[in-house]
Amino acid sequence: MTASILTVDDSPSLRMAVRIALTGAGYTVTEAGDGAEGLAKASAQRFDLIITDLNMPRMDGLTMIRELRTKPTMAGVPIVFLTTESEDGLKAQAKAAGATGWLVKPFNSDQLVKIARKVLGR
Amino acid sequence: MSDNDPVAAFRIEAGELLESVERALLDLTEDAGNRALIDEVFRGLHTLKGSGSMFGFDALAGFTHHCETAFDRVRKGQAAASRGLIDVVLSALDYMQSLLDAGSDADAALVAAGDGILAALASAVSDAPAAAAPTPAVAKGWQVRFRLPPEAMVTGSNPLGLLDELRDLGDCTVTCRFEDVPALADLDPTECHAVWEVTLAGDISREDIEDVFVFVIDDMELEITSLAPEPSAGVAETAAAPTEAPRAAARQTAPAQESVRVQAERLDELMNRVGELVIAQSRLELIAAAGTIDAMTLRAVSEDIQRLSAELRDTSMALRMMPVSNLFGRFRRLIHDLAHETGKTIELVTEGEATEVDKTVIERLADPMIHVIRNSCDHGLEPADERAPAGKPAAGRIVLSARQAGGEVLIAIQDDGRGINRARVRAKAEAQGLIAPGATIGDGELLQMIFAPGFSTAAAITNLSGRGVGMDVVKRSIEALRGTIEIESIEGTGTTITLHLPLTLAIIECMLVRVGEGRYAIPLSAVEECLELPAAEVAGTSRRNFLDVRGDLVPYLRLRDSFASDHPADLYQKVVIVGQGRGRVGLVVDQIIGNTQTVIKSLSRFHGGVGAFSGATILGDGNVALILDVAALIGGAQKAQRARSERPAETAGEAA
Repeated sequence: MTASILTVDDSPSLRMAVRIALTGAGYTVTEAGDGAEGLAKASAQRFDLIITDLNMPRMDGLTMIRELRTKPTMAGVPIVFLTTESEDGLKAQAKAAGATGWLVKPFNSDQLVKIARKVLGR
Repeated sequence: MSDNDPVAAFRIEAGELLESVERALLDLTEDAGNRALIDEVFRGLHTLKGSGSMFGFDALAGFTHHCETAFDRVRKGQAAASRGLIDVVLSALDYMQSLLDAGSDADAALVAAGDGILAALASAVSDAPAAAAPTPAVAKGWQVRFRLPPEAMVTGSNPLGLLDELRDLGDCTVTCRFEDVPALADLDPTECHAVWEVTLAGDISREDIEDVFVFVIDDMELEITSLAPEPSAGVAETAAAPTEAPRAAARQTAPAQESVRVQAERLDELMNRVGELVIAQSRLELIAAAGTIDAMTLRAVSEDIQRLSAELRDTSMALRMMPVSNLFGRFRRLIHDLAHETGKTIELVTEGEATEVDKTVIERLADPMIHVIRNSCDHGLEPADERAPAGKPAAGRIVLSARQAGGEVLIAIQDDGRGINRARVRAKAEAQGLIAPGATIGDGELLQMIFAPGFSTAAAITNLSGRGVGMDVVKRSIEALRGTIEIESIEGTGTTITLHLPLTLAIIECMLVRVGEGRYAIPLSAVEECLELPAAEVAGTSRRNFLDVRGDLVPYLRLRDSFASDHPADLYQKVVIVGQGRGRVGLVVDQIIGNTQTVIKSLSRFHGGVGAFSGATILGDGNVALILDVAALIGGAQKAQRARSERPAETAGEAA
């Protein structure tokens, strides 16, 4: 069974890049445009991995991660957030909120796939 | 939008981001310190930087970084969102747009052009020095001992995955220590208490091992001890610097594809309708297969299909609709800039921003509206020192409003300025020979003179407007959208220019008429009334080709003659009075068939030059009806009328 991944980002082009890279590696990808949509989708369906931006309208990534971690079904599901070099403070906050790992922008598809493989395990 | 081209998607998205940042900045000028707005600006810049760097727009990402940093300081309360800062960032947005247009081809000159803007931003920017890169160390083997934080498994870390990764590095011996695992009664099964000891053999660097634990390294216990003495740091330098992976983002200069952003619920609605249509179609199939036709059932299906196709038409049209707020939003910046340039204080009020208009209309409205707004700000609004004596507030006011009325959208640009000086318009019109000196002319007609080519009453040519181009272009653009312009002006109080636009360009309500054997569609919005042609006119005893419509003389065209129909004429000829703008003309037809919804098909390349028709449509019975171009017919009739008045002896039965 292929792993299903939810990508949450308010930037459609970034979601598209994530989708292309991950579907290319054989994963199934679902997209959400902000934290609220991401939370709704992740509540309705179980994903094997969630990749999220932090800065988003409506509901930011930190809040979404925190909300997701309160759900028993979300225990153990890896959540990787996308960040930039300048956000070191956010990194600690996101981890405290329950994120598993992160990926620093700009990244290329190989780096993204590598991270997905890493957190999904064998 | 190409579904698989993130670069193209990014260009569209970045344009929208720049717009939303601009909007938020302009809002900030009115509502300084609004947290939500500051966050919106920051978030927009942040996304622009992040995505820009992803898709090869390095110059853009680099530049945006500085703006983002500046706004981050505002966000953290270390700096104020001052007028000065907002102005700098606004100009920075324009520059970002040019970087966006240049893409990865941004040359040194363009990049250097941003330095001035950055200098203005510099006070708010402080760059942290880059951390020195650690030197990698290599050893023959390692003893690794680690304990994950208790919540590691809940937050998605997988100890087995980590062990697998260590195994991928080299030969591994793994021992698990359970000493710290609580007794079963006290055990929370979601927590991780085990300690692992791993002996790793091979040519592995300490960084490789740390890399495995990259996401948890700050919160965990990790001891990495070398099995052999570590080599000195100097040796490590021979390791090749990691080569950066080539950017995949191939630059494309393909023309921007037109795309529409559609709300998901509208698509769902469309899918629902299509689903219902499929059901109706299968019901129809059942009826056809039954052999005997039950009229009742057939009628029920027919009614369903009729309803569904009407709904489908509306929903699919709605896909192309956009709120005018998209359009009005662009003008806030324009007015901000105009206020700067003219030194006037200008207040912008918008009304009815939720009114929806076809996307094409919105796009093609921007330029004409810019002209009108420039004119209003430059010529219409008086300088503050003239406003006070007139009893007006110092700030000039521009009101943009939109509302729907029937099949039309009305967009009004209103100013509370000095109004149009009729005497000057008349003098100018007479000087240009547009009207005869001293001729009697209606007020509306006089005001319409400002739309004549080359017409300008501006005493001085300014940077903003008054070059004598513009208003006639405005009129042409609006007419190209099958719209009309109405102008109202009260001297000393202000001017209102109202654009009447069709709701959509794809479907219009038409009156279907018959001339000889041919059927023609006349856009219903242009139809004013229908009359019977008086007997005297039918007989052709009158040569004037004018009708007396309640005291107004209206010229008329015999479409039979225009279209050279040799089919015998009906006994009672009808006249459809059509009007557009100031012109009115009667069209003589054989029969008025009724109203019809018309899906406009454009004429082929070969027929595109035929002036009297604006398109064609397919009728219910499969026949084609041509759609009359009312503006061209009115123009033709007026020309014929002038020709006749010059050569009264001849009759002109000319085709429009």
